[in-house]
Amino acid sequence: MIEKAKESPGGGPVDEVDGELHISYRQPYGEHYGRFYREMCDNKRIMGVKCSKCGAVLLPPRPYCGFCYEPADQWVELADEGTLKTFTTVYEPCVGEPAVQPYICAFIMLDGAGVHFPHLLGEVDPDDVEVGMRVKAIWAEDRKGTLRDIKYFRPI
Amino acid sequence: MARAAAVVGTGQTRYANRRDDVNIPELAREAASRAIEDAGIDPRDIEAVVIGSGPEVFEGVNRPDLWVGSALGQAGRPVTRIQTGGTSGAGATIAAFYHVASGLHDVVLAVSYEKLSDGIPSYSFSTLSDPFWDRGFSSGAAPLVGLQSCQYLARHAPKVREDHGAMVAVKNRKNAMRNPYAQLQMEITVDDVMNSSPVASPIKALDCCPLSDGAAALVIAEERRAKKMASRPAWFAGLGACSESPYAPNIDMAYPESCVRAAQLAYQMAWIYDPVRELDVAEIFEAFSFQELIWTEALGLCNPGEGGRMVESGVTAMEGEFPINPSGGVLSANPIGASGMIRQIEAAMQVMGKAGAHQLPGVRKSLAHSWGGVVQFSTVTIFAGEL
Repeated sequence: MIEKAKESPGGGPVDEVDGELHISYRQPYGEHYGRFYREMCDNKRIMGVKCSKCGAVLLPPRPYCGFCYEPADQWVELADEGTLKTFTTVYEPCVGEPAVQPYICAFIMLDGAGVHFPHLLGEVDPDDVEVGMRVKAIWAEDRKGTLRDIKYFRPI
Repeated sequence: MARAAAVVGTGQTRYANRRDDVNIPELAREAASRAIEDAGIDPRDIEAVVIGSGPEVFEGVNRPDLWVGSALGQAGRPVTRIQTGGTSGAGATIAAFYHVASGLHDVVLAVSYEKLSDGIPSYSFSTLSDPFWDRGFSSGAAPLVGLQSCQYLARHAPKVREDHGAMVAVKNRKNAMRNPYAQLQMEITVDDVMNSSPVASPIKALDCCPLSDGAAALVIAEERRAKKMASRPAWFAGLGACSESPYAPNIDMAYPESCVRAAQLAYQMAWIYDPVRELDVAEIFEAFSFQELIWTEALGLCNPGEGGRMVESGVTAMEGEFPINPSGGVLSANPIGASGMIRQIEAAMQVMGKAGAHQLPGVRKSLAHSWGGVVQFSTVTIFAGEL
């Protein structure tokens, strides 16, 4: 961590200083993310895990169901298509945003999943998007093991 | 069994886009001093301090309690800091209540603040969420609530419409004109809101809260001391806090379970069976206009899908049968880590009869709600004028 504070030049009182934080992290994926992203990258497959108690197929995959507090260790392949749960067309710029405005953020219930999948919609005019419409993943050619291995979802 | 406890004094700073005349501890102290003065006590009467503020990245100061605490008289006393996003301030009040209700302390100070102008809030929002999952799609607070609002409108169309959100924005900005601390005091029309620039559909610029610098504080005392300190203390009658996971199966952002359950817990504790009849006013955490409709339903103040009718018919107006956010709400000022406590202060002031120009007549019971995270954190606090 590097922290810098630059003092204002000049003879009078200093009213404000500029501060900056630059922090790097190295974060382990844990038990399940590695396999999830390997399947996305190598096989264009979206995998969830099934709670051993309530049977819901969880995303992101994790070794436990937070609701039942029971193990979730059975891997289940999900369809790469599903139903649009909700969406928003984003017009304002923001740090770390996933695309150029306007773009459409969406929560998609993949067929077979119990939790929504966050992604973008493409190849559609924002005015034509409706909650409940069917959408399908468009996979990237150059996949690196991230959620961006899917370029976006488009209406079927 | 918990001891009776009440809010006996409150303090707020003016909320502003930028307070460049004070640093963070000075801002927090401004609110704390006003609360101590309002309670009519000596600072040495305070036995413990609880601080609430949002993510450290907002201000770029890690462990701010080290810096802020000494401005609040923490020396020689226990200090605790609460950080749960938008519910931080309300959580600080609840933690302070625990200090008193448990019997461990008689008089406790809770202070919350945020100084968003010191940093770049959208940087901070970009570091929230699971770094391996939805962080890559993080676009800030408005798109998140855009997703929530779209789901809500889609479920209840045509009963709830986009202009119902605009009506909330008009109502609360107008209410704010009577609140001397409010940042946005505006007389606007539904057309102004509907024609304001798009941010994240269905949210438009005037559907959004401002970014604010500000602090709030309150003093909580046990029964015997409370009765001496205040002619009409605001007694804690009910409390509910509930959290849920943003990745929970079938999570429902349009009718969030954490809010429903927090309300049920609070009503149960306060022996409230019919909240809209038994309560007189509510201060709820509507950072974006559609959220007032969503929370109104989740709090059980109307049936699901009736939120639009509540605002359109004037029920929730200042002069209505059940006023919501007479202070102007979060739409009129949002120092994030303090906003939940501000709702509690405003609800307590209504019961104490100290809300000034936006005081409602004859308030016996009031509700304060707060929201944090995606829909993970919800708190509900109920105040009563009689023990």
